[in-house]
Amino acid sequence: MSVTAFLTDSTLCIGCKACEVACKEWNGISEDGLDWSGFSYDNTEAVGASTWRHVKFVEEAPLPGFGGNAAEHNSWSFSSDVCKHCEQAGCLEACPTGSIVRTEFGGVFIQPDICNGCGYCVTACPFGVVERDQKDGRAFKCTFCYDRQKVGLQPACAKACPTESIKFGEIEDLRREAQSRVEELHRRGMDDAAIYDPLDTSVEGTHAFFIVRGDPRTYNLPPAPEVPTTYLKKSWRSSAIAAGLLLGGTLVAFLSDGNRSDGRGR
Amino acid sequence: MSDLLRLRDMDVGDPRREQRLEDIRREAERRGKLQVVSTRLAGAPFPQASPDTGYYGIPLLKQPPWTWEIPLYFFVGGAAGAAAVIGAIADYTGADRELVQHARWIAAAGSVISPALLIADLGRPERFLAMLRVFKPQSPMSVGVWTLLGFSSGAAAAAFAGFLSDRYGPSLPVKVLENAGQAASMLFGLPFSNYTGVLIGATAIPVWNHNAGYLPLHFAASGLGAAVGILELMGHRKSRALQALGLGAAIFESWQGLRIESRSHDHLDPLKHGPSGLITRTGGVLSGPLPTLLRVASLFGGERRSSKLRKWASWSAIAGSLITRFAWVHAGHVSARDWRLPLKDRSPAHQQLQGSH
Repeated sequence: MSVTAFLTDSTLCIGCKACEVACKEWNGISEDGLDWSGFSYDNTEAVGASTWRHVKFVEEAPLPGFGGNAAEHNSWSFSSDVCKHCEQAGCLEACPTGSIVRTEFGGVFIQPDICNGCGYCVTACPFGVVERDQKDGRAFKCTFCYDRQKVGLQPACAKACPTESIKFGEIEDLRREAQSRVEELHRRGMDDAAIYDPLDTSVEGTHAFFIVRGDPRTYNLPPAPEVPTTYLKKSWRSSAIAAGLLLGGTLVAFLSDGNRSDGRGR
Repeated sequence: MSDLLRLRDMDVGDPRREQRLEDIRREAERRGKLQVVSTRLAGAPFPQASPDTGYYGIPLLKQPPWTWEIPLYFFVGGAAGAAAVIGAIADYTGADRELVQHARWIAAAGSVISPALLIADLGRPERFLAMLRVFKPQSPMSVGVWTLLGFSSGAAAAAFAGFLSDRYGPSLPVKVLENAGQAASMLFGLPFSNYTGVLIGATAIPVWNHNAGYLPLHFAASGLGAAVGILELMGHRKSRALQALGLGAAIFESWQGLRIESRSHDHLDPLKHGPSGLITRTGGVLSGPLPTLLRVASLFGGERRSSKLRKWASWSAIAGSLITRFAWVHAGHVSARDWRLPLKDRSPAHQQLQGSH
């Protein structure tokens, strides 16, 4: 039993969506309609209650010129998104029922038999991953294939990925692998390749990190995600001051009211 | 193939393509080799995102899944919590019995309506009790549910015992129940009237967490204004204590409104612009400046005029409190939809970099 992680290497992704299909099929997630978004080949748009793996398609219009594939083709890149399984997880901290737990593999798991659909985890996720299923009523997100990991199998998406763009393994091994992969990409001239793993934010790193080229924001990955518990101190201090003011103010108001015992009238 | 050739022919003379050739020549002259975009061996140029482009403008954050029950719950909880505090203090300081009883009834009504609203909004209402299997201090929702439980029990007990003793005369067990219930409703009512500010402040929604240190104060004043308003509409328009509290809450709300209006930050935009800004400002005017003016005016002139003005101030504060809660929740939705906010890099190092350009 070890602490595990996903490494999603977008430089290897071919946009086949096998991970989306495998995830939906293994986890028995309901279909969510067939709508054309008009955003490249991405008709799923975002991870959510019924989409736990989601392939993003980033497209840029052809640049005039030659060389590479720039002249006739768009530049086109893909990256499979997933719950980040944060080290400091906003959803887990916010959950009032204790339904959301950290598993022995380090992932963040919503126990479906306990969740009562309060929806607070939805507002607490800095990555916009968790969503309440409006039909079912409960909150859903990637389970990190807890069921498969428990019997020693890798998650369905990683198993189905034909290019090993989604890698699964022990977290420290994968962090090293990500580092050496980025170094290799740099040697090959892709000097904009970088690891996305917000270690220096209050999220303190994730169990699903990414190798992306260019700016991570291209893939809707926030540069500075914050776990909402960072606002607790400020907020509760304000609450305590408010309670003090209410108590003190009410006391003063009534004590200084000389007519308080007969002050009523219609 | 012929299609491609034809396309290329059409491109001949395109100033963008000519500029491209110029760029390549300049790069080759300058560096002795070509490293311009799209001529790199590594392949195609990669899209460079900015907070404005984002990912097709698809929201990064999810909107709160709550429906109308939750902002109404904020309103009811704020008014009921403050009413419990007013009732208890009025009792302890020897104010008239009817004011105390009325305040208790407001608190008791809130103690029934609040949980009903909270449960109705759950995706699985039948599982409400799952909330009571843990206590998590780091979750404002968990702290809030336990506070609600303490408040509801206390407020209901105090009102019920007060009713029993008014109807059947005082007795020791009833008195114990009344006092214990009242003390509990006050102790739990203090956080209950403002914890909803913590609840939405400690989230990933930019407009909410940006105001995390301010929302509980704001919600407390809003709840107090509403509680005083309801009491005055029940007839207590001669109480100077209520007048002072109502005026205090209205002045505080005016000041908080000014504070928001005078600050400029993109996180605050939903409070100022568009429909959510209009609702916020309407709620603000009704909670702050309007009741302040009406209450100040009611200090002068005859009794009937004063009573009338205080009645209007009460209606204004109640409506303002209600609208304010809906406004904040709505602003949260607008804020969550804005993909640009979480994509901006606000780290000091980055801002320094931007500043030096």
